[in-house]
Amino acid sequence: MTDPNRERYRIRETAFYLFTQQSLPACKPVLTPGWVITIFLFMGLIFIPVGLVTLRASHSVVEIVDRYDIECVPESSRIDKISYIQDDSIPKNCSRFMKVRKYMKAPINIYYQLDNYYQNHRRYVKSRSDKQLLHGRKYHDTSSCQPVELNNGQPIVPCGLIAWSLFNDSFTFIRERAELKVNRKNIAWKSDRDHKFGKNVHPFSFQNGTLIGGGKLYPKIPLSDQEDLIVWMRTSALPSFRKLYGRIEEDLDVDDVIVVNLMNNYNTYSFGGKKKLVLSTSSWLGGKNNFLGHACIIVGCSSLVLAIVFTLLHLKYRR
Amino acid sequence: MARVRKSSIHLSKLCSFSCCCRPPSTTDEHARIGQKGYSRVVYCNEPDSQEQIRLNYRGNYVSTTKYTAANFIPKSLFEQFRRVANVYFLVVACVSFSPLAPYSGPSIVVPLIIVIGATMAKEGIEDWHRRIQDVEANNRQVEVYDGNGSFKEIKWKDICVGDLVKVHKDEYFPADLFLLSSGYQDGVCYVETMNLDGETNLKSKHALGVTSVIRDVETVKGFRAVIKCEDPNEHLYSFIGTLYYECQQYSLSPQQILLRGSKLKNTDYIYGVVIFTGHDTKVMQNAMDPPSKRTRIERRMDKIIYVLFITLILVSFIGSLSFGIETKKDNGGDYRRWYLRPDSTTVFFDPRRPLVAAFLHFLTGLMLYGYLIPISLYVSIEICKVLQSIFINQDQAMYDEQTERPAHARTSNLNEELGQVYTILSDKTGTLTCNSMEFVKCSIAGTAYGRGMTEVEVALARKSGEILDEPMAIDAVESGEYVKGFNFRDERIMDGKWMDEPHSDVIQKFFRVLGTCHTAVPEVTESDQIVYEAESADEAAFVIAAREVGFQFFVRDQTSIQLHELDPISGKTVDRVYELLNVLEFSSARRRMSVIIRSPEKQLLLLAKGADSVMFERLSEHGRMFKVQTKEHIERYSEAGLRTMVVAYRELDDDGYKMWEQEYAKAKTSVGADRDDLLDELADRIERDLILLGATAVEDKLQKGVPSCIDKLARARIRIWVLTGDKKGTAINIGYACGLLRPGMKQIVITLELPQIEELEKQGDKDIIAQASLESVEQQIRDGKSQVAKESSTEFGLIIDGKSLFFAVDENRVNCFMDLAMSCATVICCRSSPKQKAVVTRLVKSVTGKTTLAIGDGANDVGMIQEADIGVGISGVEGMQAVMSSDFSIAQFRFLENLLLVHGHWCYRRIAMMICYFFYKNITFGFTLFWFEVYASFSGQPAYNDWYMSCYNVLFTSLPVIALGVFDQDVSASLCLEHPLLYQEGVQNILFRWIRILGWMFNGVLSSIIIFFLTINSITGQAFRNDGHVADYSVLGLTMYTCVVLTVNCQMALSINYFTWIQHLFIWGSITLWFIFLLVYGSIPPPLSTTAYKVFIEACGPSIRFWLTALLVAITTLLPLFTYRAFQTRFRPMEHDKIQTRRS
Repeated sequence: MTDPNRERYRIRETAFYLFTQQSLPACKPVLTPGWVITIFLFMGLIFIPVGLVTLRASHSVVEIVDRYDIECVPESSRIDKISYIQDDSIPKNCSRFMKVRKYMKAPINIYYQLDNYYQNHRRYVKSRSDKQLLHGRKYHDTSSCQPVELNNGQPIVPCGLIAWSLFNDSFTFIRERAELKVNRKNIAWKSDRDHKFGKNVHPFSFQNGTLIGGGKLYPKIPLSDQEDLIVWMRTSALPSFRKLYGRIEEDLDVDDVIVVNLMNNYNTYSFGGKKKLVLSTSSWLGGKNNFLGHACIIVGCSSLVLAIVFTLLHLKYRR
Repeated sequence: MARVRKSSIHLSKLCSFSCCCRPPSTTDEHARIGQKGYSRVVYCNEPDSQEQIRLNYRGNYVSTTKYTAANFIPKSLFEQFRRVANVYFLVVACVSFSPLAPYSGPSIVVPLIIVIGATMAKEGIEDWHRRIQDVEANNRQVEVYDGNGSFKEIKWKDICVGDLVKVHKDEYFPADLFLLSSGYQDGVCYVETMNLDGETNLKSKHALGVTSVIRDVETVKGFRAVIKCEDPNEHLYSFIGTLYYECQQYSLSPQQILLRGSKLKNTDYIYGVVIFTGHDTKVMQNAMDPPSKRTRIERRMDKIIYVLFITLILVSFIGSLSFGIETKKDNGGDYRRWYLRPDSTTVFFDPRRPLVAAFLHFLTGLMLYGYLIPISLYVSIEICKVLQSIFINQDQAMYDEQTERPAHARTSNLNEELGQVYTILSDKTGTLTCNSMEFVKCSIAGTAYGRGMTEVEVALARKSGEILDEPMAIDAVESGEYVKGFNFRDERIMDGKWMDEPHSDVIQKFFRVLGTCHTAVPEVTESDQIVYEAESADEAAFVIAAREVGFQFFVRDQTSIQLHELDPISGKTVDRVYELLNVLEFSSARRRMSVIIRSPEKQLLLLAKGADSVMFERLSEHGRMFKVQTKEHIERYSEAGLRTMVVAYRELDDDGYKMWEQEYAKAKTSVGADRDDLLDELADRIERDLILLGATAVEDKLQKGVPSCIDKLARARIRIWVLTGDKKGTAINIGYACGLLRPGMKQIVITLELPQIEELEKQGDKDIIAQASLESVEQQIRDGKSQVAKESSTEFGLIIDGKSLFFAVDENRVNCFMDLAMSCATVICCRSSPKQKAVVTRLVKSVTGKTTLAIGDGANDVGMIQEADIGVGISGVEGMQAVMSSDFSIAQFRFLENLLLVHGHWCYRRIAMMICYFFYKNITFGFTLFWFEVYASFSGQPAYNDWYMSCYNVLFTSLPVIALGVFDQDVSASLCLEHPLLYQEGVQNILFRWIRILGWMFNGVLSSIIIFFLTINSITGQAFRNDGHVADYSVLGLTMYTCVVLTVNCQMALSINYFTWIQHLFIWGSITLWFIFLLVYGSIPPPLSTTAYKVFIEACGPSIRFWLTALLVAITTLLPLFTYRAFQTRFRPMEHDKIQTRRS
């Protein structure tokens, strides 16, 4: 009788037996008051410092924002901005002054910011052909690009609404009469340049149709080097967005005044969108954004408050 | 008593005088042969004849599978798409290839295929198991006459109608056979029909005289006959047919039919002709799908799905309305959003037809927000339930070592219902008690024999406060060798000592009656021991008792019974042969049986045993010597929960007997409706003037652990009703013994065994009796109710008998009665018939509106088991009928506590939490999509990459939820049993209340809001990396998705508190899997990975802001639930919280 017993005992020791009997060794955390208070305190103590550090990083960023869409339309045309912007005969150049309030360390990122512009609209997002961007005219199935697919039977490269509506305001920056050098390279993602836009694909019959959308491209430069297009074609997530225009690779000192000569070509007036020019340095956390820091601090503080409330209630209603 | 003796076909048929050729049906039924419904023709022993082949009856191939190889795909697909949710997903999948779809077609089709495929695979595997069983049955071998003078073995499936087969002892019949002859000369054979009706006793079948001579190959060779009979039908106990043999017609009855599914016993072999094959056999005609039962949780889940559908429609409607307005605005002279080219657009975005566009967008919305409906919910629940059932089957705590039977979940879809049982309806015999009868006491010549106390007596003694000197309960292994069915200890009787007792002659007669007055058959086992095949356990106990005392019954043949007896004078064992003249059988109406024998001394004797009520009135004047003492003893025995039987005899004179015998023989051969009445009357005439010998007491032993199990169930506040066929007294005593009735509990008894009713019954006017009974029952119910209302603090036990029950469940009184019953802690219905059991079950189910569980072991419990929400069968001794119709089977009643309190509680909790969590995770995900739409002018652009979305339900959130559904435990099994009150969580449905479900849904919406708004505010706008790049559409999608995966998985970790390595692996593994997926998917070339290409590795991975945001969002979404749980556990703890806190 001993053998089967020993056998059974041995079986009972195995992990598989414990598994079938649902008695595997388990960790069973229980929300005891001690743990609850500890966790609340711990969260408070983690998030408040993190929030402060985040806020500090955000404050270290210097940002100059200049809205120019209204100011750059002559007073006389402000009643009907749309016909102004659509009239090709009127020169669109415009000068803006930006005062540097704080020392800005290079590299300084230049962004243009558009508002109320639905780059995330389904019709817009879908209106492109990734294969055409990579393979050029060799690739024919570009039906997704409707209605900017063909021009007089000729395929348009790059096709689709996104490319067609390319942003075409341009900016030059002058400090004390000298033009600031703006680096327009490396503003697009490396993977985009290398793998999404063909090195041998050149624009073809682009913006040649009856309706001209936005900017034009240099027909001789391959798409992979047209970084403005690549940046533009990374559609934004929300209707208000910034896109990288270039980088100023010189430091800017306090009280420097920068003259921006810009070509106000792009039509945002039809849909009431704003246009802004942004100069911003960046920290290890990116650009200026107090939200994240505030959120961390709020969460941390709420945890502390909850810890206190819980402790008080716990002491008041002793079992 | 009646319940055990339910068989109408008796073994005693083997006695030569007993009528085997009783006309089974009236002749007019036989006249219908050849007409519609009676057209079957069988050419015996000529299966290959032209005529038989032309009839083209089905083969004997049997298939119980749901599908065949050919129809599996279409049929199982059809089954799948009977669910509304699946149809919805199919339509979505079809439409997803049109331009309406917000995402690419394959991304929705693949998850659907996975989900449907998993369910179909499960169906397929289940069906495969059935098929294996079929193949096993179809390939069994049987001997068939080959027409050339010999028998050869062929497979069951190759048998044809008309084949002549030979079946050996202990083999199953391969088809429905017409019995030609058997190993016995008179053509009798015995069959066991356990698989058909659950009865374990043997039944005899009898061949026709003309065919019973066909017993060897020579006679078989020449045998040719034609049978014309009824068409295949499901009636097991009827058969109409005619045999045309040698120019004669013979009527056939069920007596000549051997049914497939039954087994040949005690007979060496039989010859039979195949009549019905395969699916034409009666057992297959009877086979029907068990009624499919759905659980409360599932029914509520359907409602939640509808709620979600309404939400889906609402959200889509809001979306399409806003979209329509936005689109309409584009219809200006100077195209408002010129970059969308509203001048040259498709119908979907046409600003000139905003209504059409809005409507089409509504359809798009239905697809986009379809993530609100969890596609994998059904399949996940099914997988979980199957795994839960495996755990139930594997549980060693429910494994009976004696019978080597584990618990078995026969259906997997009722697991969580086990955790919500409000009422248990239990059978008594075989369920609470073992149904192994033990002879424990007897009263002979006014002296009580038999020492020791039964469990009931111990309980009674405890109740009345007596202090017991020593634990006197009779223990089977107390002394000497244990003999099954015999637990009688008395040194005055045993070992031949009875000869020294004052009334030794009476004792001798008493045991002689026990040894001869029965219908048992002795069988010698291999070890030369004699075992008895009796039709009831009581009867076996009597014969065994006689044997143990020294009256060993060892041979029964057609005309005699032989006993080894101890001769008091010589002190030696002698063989005595009793000539058996008549057997007056037991019936529930007569409640007695007797035999007429001639002793070796040529004395003519009538030996009788029966219920006290009928026996005492049949005693002769001089036979009442010990009546007073015997009656007193019987009373005491039945108080002790014992089953009693009075034993008496009578000496007959030859002349009187001869006259009676002639009449009796005539009556037996008579034909007509009044035949049975006539026989009863004749029996009644001779069973008179009896001389009392004594009484027996047989114990129906309680099963092991029943009282403690009932105590636990009662502490879990489960109501227990006992429905039994027993007498009121026995039922009450068993009630006390197993703790259903407790001291301090007031009894309310509703009965019709009242003097005035009995008085009326003697007068015999049925209408008056009915009227009086009705009034009496009504009065008693009213009295009971007022009594309950008066004393609200005391517990009540209600005892009602079957007759009263018949009146009480009458339409007008049923509510009144159920009110009373519901206010009593225990209800015992005694003397109830199987049908009444089912009726009561249905009543309890409909009146309480809560889950009822019926538990039973015998064929008479099948109705109640099928009627209840959950049917539990005890796989005990009474055959498999109850088990076959049950949802769960267990070997012992006490395992019910594990099944309910442990597995039921766990499964309920698991499924409830799982469903809540499922809705939570899908609402969280679905609503982030909606919030994004608000910022994308409701254009229907999803926030995420197509394949992120399609993997959500199948990859990143599926396994943890299955782990929750299969493995989660709030408290361990032993604590579940220690704190039965925990079970109330399920009964009150605390974990699946609407408030809780809506709470989880609200939590989902809250999580989605936190995820969306925290993410967009932290990530977008400014640069999100130190090199100045900004977050685009793909970065936001990835970040939000990461937050969703983190959130739902961490919420899971927070809402369970049981982590084995499996939970850890699944939860943290799912999160890891998401990042691995990102790496893999992100490195696939852009044409396939589209917006996901290198997003993680190039943009998000190196960004500290990304990780910080993910951490913040995950913690913030957890905060509401954590706070709620922390405060609720501390200040409004639920039962399981209390136990957990106490334990830690």
